[in-house]
Amino acid sequence: MADLNQLGRRRFLGRAAGGLGGVLLGSCGRLSENLEFTELLKSADAVTRFAQRIVAGPAALAREYTDADLSSEFRVNGTTEPSDPDYQRLAQNEFADWRLEVGGLVELRRSFSLVELKELPSRTQITRHDCVEGWSCIGKWKGARLGALLELVRPHPEARYVLFYCADAMNLAGDKYYESIDLDGAYHPQTILAYEMNDRALPVAHGAPLRLRDERQLGYKMAKYIMRIELAADFGHIGDGNGGYWEDQGYEWWAGI
Amino acid sequence: MTDNRCIYRHRLWVRITHWTNMICMTVLLMSGLQIFNAHPALYWGDASRFDDPLLAIAAFPAWATLPGSQWLAMGRRWHFFFAWLFVANGAAYALLGVLSGHFRRDLVPSLSDLRQIGQSVRHHLRLRFPQGRDARRYNVLQKLAYLGVLCVLCPLIVLAGLAMSPQLDAGYPWLVWIFGGRQSARTIHFVCAFSLLAFVAVHLLMVLVSGVWNNIRSMVTGWYDVGEEHG
Repeated sequence: MADLNQLGRRRFLGRAAGGLGGVLLGSCGRLSENLEFTELLKSADAVTRFAQRIVAGPAALAREYTDADLSSEFRVNGTTEPSDPDYQRLAQNEFADWRLEVGGLVELRRSFSLVELKELPSRTQITRHDCVEGWSCIGKWKGARLGALLELVRPHPEARYVLFYCADAMNLAGDKYYESIDLDGAYHPQTILAYEMNDRALPVAHGAPLRLRDERQLGYKMAKYIMRIELAADFGHIGDGNGGYWEDQGYEWWAGI
Repeated sequence: MTDNRCIYRHRLWVRITHWTNMICMTVLLMSGLQIFNAHPALYWGDASRFDDPLLAIAAFPAWATLPGSQWLAMGRRWHFFFAWLFVANGAAYALLGVLSGHFRRDLVPSLSDLRQIGQSVRHHLRLRFPQGRDARRYNVLQKLAYLGVLCVLCPLIVLAGLAMSPQLDAGYPWLVWIFGGRQSARTIHFVCAFSLLAFVAVHLLMVLVSGVWNNIRSMVTGWYDVGEEHG
C-alpha cells in the first residue's frame, strides 16, 4: 500500500509540476493580450509612482555632470527629421517664423517667438538622458524654464497637466507626437524648454527648435519639435487618452523608472 | 513508507515563498531578456559609449523572452509587476527567516561546517550526497550557496534595478554612484540575473541527482524521506 501511495503521489506531483509549467509558459503569451490581466500588471505603475514620490520626493534634482562627461555620440531617439511640409518651411527659415502657442486653462493665451523664449529666465544643465530602450547619453542643454513661462501665462487653478503638441508625424495617417507632464514636473527647476544643445542651436535631429527636458523621466517624455502647449485638467482628450504617443502604445505615463 | 522515516523539513511559509519566488524569477528573467533585446548591448560608466560596448549581441531568441515577440512595453509591464512581487515575497521570507530562527539555525554555517568545505566539495563532485540523518540538515555548500543568493545576489540585483530609475537617481545619487554609473548598474543587473540563472541550474541539477521526488515532495508537502527510522 505504501508503495502504491507513493507512486500515486509521484504521479500527482509530476503532473502538477508539468501542468503548472505548461500553463505558465503557454499562457504568458496569451495573457499579454488579455486586457484584464494587462490592467492588473499596469496596477504596479501606481505603486511604483507612489513609492518613488515618497522616497525620492518631487523636488529632488537630477545629477548634473561636467563638460568632460559629455557623450561624443548622442543617439537620436524618435523622429530624426519631421517630414511635415509646414515644419520643413519653418526649418528652412531657421525657425524665424515659428511661434510657440500657449493656451488651454490659462489666464493669458499667447505665443512666443524663439527670440522671446530666449529672453525668459533660462537654465543650462549637463544631464544624463535615459532612453526606455536602456541606453544613456550625457548632453548639455540650455532652455527657458517651463515654470517661468507658466508664471507669465498664469494657469487656472483647475489646470493639472501641461500638454505638448509636436510637429513630427508618427505614422502614415499623419498623427503627430504628443506628450504630457504634471504641474509638479513642469515647475521643477530642471524642467526646461531647450533651444540649445551642447552650446549650439538645437539640431533638427534632437527636436529643433524646441524640446522638453524633464531630467527625472525617460527620453520619450521629452517631446521634440514642440509647436503648441496646452494647460489642461486632464489628458483624456489627446490621442487614445493615455497622455502621450508612446503611452498609447502601452508605455507608462509615469516614466521615472 | 512508515511515517517515522519521514521528517518535516520545510515549513509552510518556506514552501510558499519558494514557489512564489520561482514564478517571480522565471517571469523576471524572461521579461528582462525582452527589455534587454530593445538595446542588446552593455556598457560601463554613466553613459553608453556606443563604439565601446562591454558586450553586444544580436538579441536573445523569442522563446526565451516574455512576451515572445519584440514588445518592450509589455515586457516592462511584466517586469515591474513581478519585481514588486519578488521584493514583497523576499521581504516576507527574510522577516520570517529571522524571526523563526530559520536563518540562524539552518543557514548560517557553523565552524565545523566550514572545516568540512573541502570534503563537501569532493563529495559533491562525485555526486555523493548526505544520506539518512545527515540529510536532515543543509550541507555547508548548500548553506553558502543559499546565503550567497539571499544576502548578495538578490539585494544586489534589486539595488542595481532601482539604480536604473532616473527618478530614484535624483533622490538618491549614491544609489547610482555605488555601481559606478547607470550603465554599470545595468551591466551588474544583467550579470546578477545570469548568476542567479547559474545558481538555479546547479540547484536543479542537485535536486535531480539527490533524489528528485523526495526533494520535490519535501518542497510541496514539507515531508522528506530520510530512508531510515529516526527516533
